[in-house]
Amino acid sequence: MSNLSLIALEGTAWGDYKLAVLWFILIGVLWVGFFFLEGFDFGVGMLLPFMGKNDVEKRVMVNAIGPHWDGNEVWLLTAGGATFAAFAGWYASLFSSLYLPLFLVLVGLILRGVSFEYRGKQPTATWRKSFDWMAAIGSFLPTLVLGVGFANFLKGVVITAAVVPESIGMFQVGGAGLVPIYDGFWGLFHPYCLVGGLLFVTLFVTHGALFLAVKTTGSVRDQAKAIAEKVGLVALVLLLVFVVWGNIAYGAGRGTNLTSTMMVFAWIAGVLAIATLAGAWYFNRAGRDGLAFLCGGLAVVTMIATVLLHMFPNLGFDSSVVGQALGLPSAPDVLPLLKNSQTTLTLMTYVAIVMTPIVILYQIWTWWVFRRRISTANIVDDTKKAARAA
Amino acid sequence: MSPETVARWQFGITTVYHFLFVPLTISLSLLTAVLQTLWTKSGNAAYLRLTKFFGKLFLINFAMGVVTGIVQEFQFGMNWSEYSRFVGDIFGAPLALEALIAFFLESTFLGLWIFGWGRLSKGKHLMAIWLGSVGTLISSIFIIAANAWMQNPVGATYVNGHAELNGFSGFLAVLTNPVFLTQWCHTICASGVTGGAFMTAIALHKLIQTKKADGPDKDLKAYGIGTKLGAWVLVVAGLGTVVTGDLLGKQMVQTQPAKMAAAEGLTTIAADQDRENMPFTILPGVSVFPGFLNWLYGADKIQSTEELQAQFLANGYRQQCWVDGDCGTGKDGSKPADGQLTLQAEFADGLNAMTTGYKADAAVNPDAEDFNTIPSATIEFWTFRLMIGIGLLAVLGGLLALIVTWGGKVPKAGTIPSIMAVALPVLPLVANSFGWIFTEMGRQPWIVNGVLPTVYAISPDPTLAHSTPILLLTVVLYTVIYAALAVVEVKLLLKYIKIGLPADEDVPTVDLGGDPDAPLSFAY
Repeated sequence: MSNLSLIALEGTAWGDYKLAVLWFILIGVLWVGFFFLEGFDFGVGMLLPFMGKNDVEKRVMVNAIGPHWDGNEVWLLTAGGATFAAFAGWYASLFSSLYLPLFLVLVGLILRGVSFEYRGKQPTATWRKSFDWMAAIGSFLPTLVLGVGFANFLKGVVITAAVVPESIGMFQVGGAGLVPIYDGFWGLFHPYCLVGGLLFVTLFVTHGALFLAVKTTGSVRDQAKAIAEKVGLVALVLLLVFVVWGNIAYGAGRGTNLTSTMMVFAWIAGVLAIATLAGAWYFNRAGRDGLAFLCGGLAVVTMIATVLLHMFPNLGFDSSVVGQALGLPSAPDVLPLLKNSQTTLTLMTYVAIVMTPIVILYQIWTWWVFRRRISTANIVDDTKKAARAA
Repeated sequence: MSPETVARWQFGITTVYHFLFVPLTISLSLLTAVLQTLWTKSGNAAYLRLTKFFGKLFLINFAMGVVTGIVQEFQFGMNWSEYSRFVGDIFGAPLALEALIAFFLESTFLGLWIFGWGRLSKGKHLMAIWLGSVGTLISSIFIIAANAWMQNPVGATYVNGHAELNGFSGFLAVLTNPVFLTQWCHTICASGVTGGAFMTAIALHKLIQTKKADGPDKDLKAYGIGTKLGAWVLVVAGLGTVVTGDLLGKQMVQTQPAKMAAAEGLTTIAADQDRENMPFTILPGVSVFPGFLNWLYGADKIQSTEELQAQFLANGYRQQCWVDGDCGTGKDGSKPADGQLTLQAEFADGLNAMTTGYKADAAVNPDAEDFNTIPSATIEFWTFRLMIGIGLLAVLGGLLALIVTWGGKVPKAGTIPSIMAVALPVLPLVANSFGWIFTEMGRQPWIVNGVLPTVYAISPDPTLAHSTPILLLTVVLYTVIYAALAVVEVKLLLKYIKIGLPADEDVPTVDLGGDPDAPLSFAY
């Protein structure tokens, strides 16, 4: 045993474990990037039926995220792929046991992507209204489900074990062929998790409105600022409840010697989230759109960081029953149990070191290219043209 | 129905549906990039109008490919968790690399291309479509490498009940898997057929319609160029598909003999048949060209599914070269990998204890049956022939289009051109689907060929999420959503085909870049 209590299984050396920690952090960064970027896409999507006084204004909203939403969504796909490549056992347990929630997320993402692409391609009111609602539902579903889900991971999901044929699966403990499963379907609807769901919805609506405020001009911008002011206040209250309740009731990284350290970080991140969201609200009122958006983004980042700190090193499993459920003599940390081989982790690390900066650079370049605010002057009103033709 | 059956249907439906859009995305992005390059180089407005016309159709198709692709990234874990656990150390990396290297590239640069008209310089805008197109190609490389590994699992060792990458050279082996190299070329050629047929059919149809309506000469000229470009791509890619298909068939006789035996209808070889002169079976009972199969696959490679199953029961899973000792210099995949035989023994025990064994052992389980390693002979036989037949029909359509438009002629409207306009874009889609059904059904009963039986790969069900009713519900929901989206997509395609080439005023002759109040020339 080394000086770190993290050693889970006999024979797991600290050297192996370092890369696993690095990959947990990398996957965390991908989630943070996803929620920061796609968060305002979700927000704009949810606002689409409720904001914009006419079709041209709604098209200003869609075109504000137009060049970016697909690239933003890839952060999620990369987080999924990276989980598969670095922690196949986690990927398998996570997506199989949370099958139905994930299905809802996928349905939402399908509807939403199609809406953005197809909305403008037919200039009739019914067509566009249908896609406004599809975009809104398709943005609302993933936001809500991911909010409930991440609140569950912060809280710790009950672990159970499924028996699989002995010859497969990574667990050969006692020859039992046990794999960990996230259990407790009704637990998904714990009041704390519902707070999480509502928090994600209101926070991303605010984030989306602040994005529109900084990215558009005229009436769309005014409406967005008004919405950010109202919904932002609700989000702020929910965030306060989420952070305080979560940090007091559900200790970060529970069941390991790291708990107290993780708790310090979880409190710092949580308080930062509350402070930056309050800042965003203030700057929005003060007419400082850029600062408001930046603070709102930081609030998203630090809020997700709070959840991720709670998830280390037990990946959102309620750690108190891990050992018992898996038939292990003592409660291990889940992270190293589910990691891939040293070779694969090393290989993926090299690729990530080379590719990630390149990706970030060209994504920044697209933001630079489309840095201007969009206004109704940029949009040709094609509905009137179509009406005249008819 | 067992959860395994429903889960397989779900994977089949979502994946075949996804692959309706993939080959068009790969080939149309490339063709659009070529057209835009021709415009940039020549300044000929016909190329620009074609770029915009086919670019629009490409984007309508691309959106569907993107949203149906999201499901692909996650469904290995959703319904096939034990597969994911088993192969993740090898299979996860290509999926992650696909997202990191390919998806970011294509999504970011296609976004730049869509909204960059008049915002980017000509050169940068051209670069955007090329990088987007390269992104789709890189994506296909990684996903075919992952699929080829399931057909021919190289570069692996088997420890503690799962596959692990056999060092860094193992990853190299995955990327140089002979099945991958031929299968990727075959897939890309088939994508060329798909996009070529799409472009030929639409351009030729518009050409005929424009002539009939006495449309402007410049439209006729542009549609003529489109027809010619599409038809040449279709014919050349068709030739490539045939050549690579032949190579892939020869490869699979080595790596998946049961699949190819089933495809050729070789369920049994009668005692009076001449093994050195095996004919080709066109339809059941109709055999032609004695010796054709020996010529095609090598004189001594012909085995029936019956013989292959007998060999399996005698020796467990063996690649042919392990048996005859002709594994060459012992490259990855040509010998049993470390741990593979141990794993087989464990499976044999496990299957015996359940209901079937590799070889039934009454002492362990009186109900045990032999493990049947032969894929469905009917499915393999027919999908193989339908893939080839329908694919060739599309290539013939391309030849026909070249002939009737040779020398700048414009054919008259009529029944045959109308049938061709509808059938030609659809034929390759059908052939592609049969190709994948052939490939994947031919791998059964293995999910990883010779290593992991499909029955072991399904997600366990302690929370009832993977019970048959829930799975059926999600299959139905996917199907309903996908069908509705298909209707919308086809409707939009037809609308924009009907509108045709963009009008002159939509064709910028100078860069607009810089004027913030200028309308977006392309907007959602």
